[in-house]
Amino acid sequence: MTYTLSAPANDAMASASDTLIIGMIVAYAAALFLFAIEAAYGRRTKLKAGRLMPVAAGSAESGAGDGIEVRVRTHEGEARASQSVLGRIALGVTAAGFLMSVAQIVTRGLAAERWPWGNMFEFIVALCLVAVAGLLFASLRFQARFLGAFVLVPVLLLLGIGVRWLYVEPGPLIPALHSYWVPIHVTALIVAGGAFMVSGAAGTTYLVSHRTEAKRSRGEEVTGIAGRLPSPELLDRISHRFILFAFPLWTFGIIAGAIWADEAWGRFWGWDPKEVWSFISWLIYAAYLHARATGGWRGPKATWINVLGFATVMFNFFAVNYVFSGLHSYA
Amino acid sequence: MRTALILLFLLAVGAIPGSILPQNVVSVDEVATYFREHPELAPWLDRFYLFDVFSSPWYAAIYLLLFVSLAGCVIPRALTHARAMGARPVRTPRHLGRMPYSARFTTGASPETVLERARGSLRGYRTERYGDSVASETGYLREAGNVLFHLALLGLLLALAAGSFFGYRGNMLVVEGDGFANTLPSYDAFYPGHWTDVDDLQPFTLHLDDFEATFIEEGDLRGQAASYVADMAYTEAPGAEEGRHRLEVNHPLTVDGVQVYLLGHGYAPEFTVRDADGEVVFDQAVPFLYRETASFTSDGVVKVPDTGGEQLGFVGVFLPTAADDGDGGLVSTFPGAEDPVVTLEGYRGDLGLVEPQSVYQLRTGGMEELGSSPALRIGDTWNLPDGAGSITFSGLSEYVSLQTNRDAARPFALGSAVTAVAGLLVTLFVRPRRVWVRATGDADGRTVVEVAGLGKTEVAGDNAAFHDITTRLAERLRGEDPEPRPTRPGSER
Ligand code: HEM
Repeated sequence: MTYTLSAPANDAMASASDTLIIGMIVAYAAALFLFAIEAAYGRRTKLKAGRLMPVAAGSAESGAGDGIEVRVRTHEGEARASQSVLGRIALGVTAAGFLMSVAQIVTRGLAAERWPWGNMFEFIVALCLVAVAGLLFASLRFQARFLGAFVLVPVLLLLGIGVRWLYVEPGPLIPALHSYWVPIHVTALIVAGGAFMVSGAAGTTYLVSHRTEAKRSRGEEVTGIAGRLPSPELLDRISHRFILFAFPLWTFGIIAGAIWADEAWGRFWGWDPKEVWSFISWLIYAAYLHARATGGWRGPKATWINVLGFATVMFNFFAVNYVFSGLHSYA
Repeated sequence: MRTALILLFLLAVGAIPGSILPQNVVSVDEVATYFREHPELAPWLDRFYLFDVFSSPWYAAIYLLLFVSLAGCVIPRALTHARAMGARPVRTPRHLGRMPYSARFTTGASPETVLERARGSLRGYRTERYGDSVASETGYLREAGNVLFHLALLGLLLALAAGSFFGYRGNMLVVEGDGFANTLPSYDAFYPGHWTDVDDLQPFTLHLDDFEATFIEEGDLRGQAASYVADMAYTEAPGAEEGRHRLEVNHPLTVDGVQVYLLGHGYAPEFTVRDADGEVVFDQAVPFLYRETASFTSDGVVKVPDTGGEQLGFVGVFLPTAADDGDGGLVSTFPGAEDPVVTLEGYRGDLGLVEPQSVYQLRTGGMEELGSSPALRIGDTWNLPDGAGSITFSGLSEYVSLQTNRDAARPFALGSAVTAVAGLLVTLFVRPRRVWVRATGDADGRTVVEVAGLGKTEVAGDNAAFHDITTRLAERLRGEDPEPRPTRPGSER
């Protein structure tokens, strides 16, 4: 890894990177607005059977005319979501914001002449990049565009906090971070963190949708966005899917961190606050997985554990850097 | 499972005080500070081991319970599973329509052909023919992965325990030009495990030839450290060949199974003290501790017991890059030694060395003040009043603080952790599923094909996967059908 002994080597890159941040925040805000309109005023449309959508009963689903008669015994016959053309536009705008985000990270890396995640500001931008990538992936693969608004809210909040309070000029790293473990350990945790964020957003949506369903079954009328969410089962599945991806990666990230700590600090595990909290998050997500396999805990209870897990990830990120002192404070 | 869930939560909640209160494993000094600041509360917290959460009996009780329940849960499962590994897929149930997924269609192909083709469509499944049906199962590995994962966690715990019982950790400070031999008295602080043999440490030696810290000089980040490099020589054992190592923050030295790390650095100004007759009575580098890293303003104490007359003591402040603070005082503006200055306050009398005391503190109780020195640059001498002699700031060395760590179980811990991840991936991504296909002739001379699927986990996408199998089978049979039914145009998927 190279670093220089002077401030930004490349001012053009640094200023391009700063402009791109603003551009990407504007794009995400516009997309959020459009997603919210779609959620509130779109037409409730049946989603095609897909990787997460059940194959519905009847033969229509499987290519009409091949004469296959299907019967599925799941609680949920089909999945519906509020859709409109605005959602597609929103998705396009999100994708544009995503590309700007990639460009921002690249230019910042070039400006600082190093791997572009070395301080809190850069972690936040990278975390949001992953969350938006997760959103785009879920939209294309699972038709989960309806998550747009729910994922973009925390993304915009975090970016706002990042730009307003945590911004620092691109520059070299402290010696403790001169290691090839930065790309490995930090990247794994950022990618897992972004996926936890999508899962948390889907989980929160699930909790709302679950409540809507409960009200409906009591015969109450539910209006507004809450009444137009997709079925809780679908949201639960998406949320679970992202944890299946993130949990092993988080585990790997912790192990990579332990190997790095072993190299840098002389012990692979020292109960530094950052380590304690990543361990806590790990335990909570393990509890989530256990809860899903435990009778009576599935559904909202398990999802609350998921939301709690994401809260600990965020707590680790902010509180531990600013409140506690430890080897891991690079704030 | 519910027990595991609750214990996992308890373990998480129990860890929280360990991150909020200072911990002895992290920093003994911070715990001491806490005791000083909260003299009432601290002893109470200590009674509940809240400064040693992770080695406390109550925390151990939680994780031991967790591991007992884990062993009690996983080992029987492993045994059952070992038997199930070789088992044939379960017999086809009578009513396939009751399965979570079921489908039926008719074909002109004979039942025999259907079952033949069904085996071909069930890629990755173990299949077994039962009369008019084929039963199949896949995903046996998941269970194995799960057992492996949980056993690896047990292994990790054992490795951790072994490391902390037999290993040790120690800290010391080495000035440029000095050496270190790995024996108990050479350490400033030493943390052995319960069963570590401290009289028989690995007999290596180190020598610090040179240390260099570089700092960013320009721009907003002026003063931030850019690199630390310590040039070391080492021998594995007395008389062994000498090796060399460039010790940096992320490049520890491994010598004789012990890791040596660079933890920090500081300045050690050299002083020469002369008595009234001009005889040199003291000549060495004295490590100073920095107050903070931005300016590296450092404090230290020089103790000169053997002057021939009264003992001398000095309290010093070291500024690596001295500058005027505007009020006639001096401050340091940069951590690198660009314009090093020392100021001293002298004392004369009894250092009180009969009692053990810190090298960084001067007991001035039994001493008389000699006043303050002017700002001394390298080569400057302060002539002490009353003919008490003189002290010269004769040079500047740097020192490094090092940590040694011996933990023979590290490779086992790593191996367990890697196994755990592998087991986890298998657990989470291998989906155990059962699929049955039954083919029976109907009254029209056609064959009714029934396909049913059962997912054993609640992983999403089972139905889609089962439906794929059905359509694949239907597709294959279409080629076999002597009188295919007309398909409506535009019905492609
Ligand atoms: C260190 C603590 C533990 C961790 C981190 C852990 C983690 C996990 C994970 C990640 C899974 C996969 C969940 C899934 O299949 O979706 C799992 C499954 C399981 N765990 Fe644990 N576990 C721990 C302790 C225990 C204990 C003490 C028990 C026994 C009571 C246990 C019993 C099980 C069982 C039976 C499953 C299978 C669940 C299924 O079939 O879906 N675990 N565990």
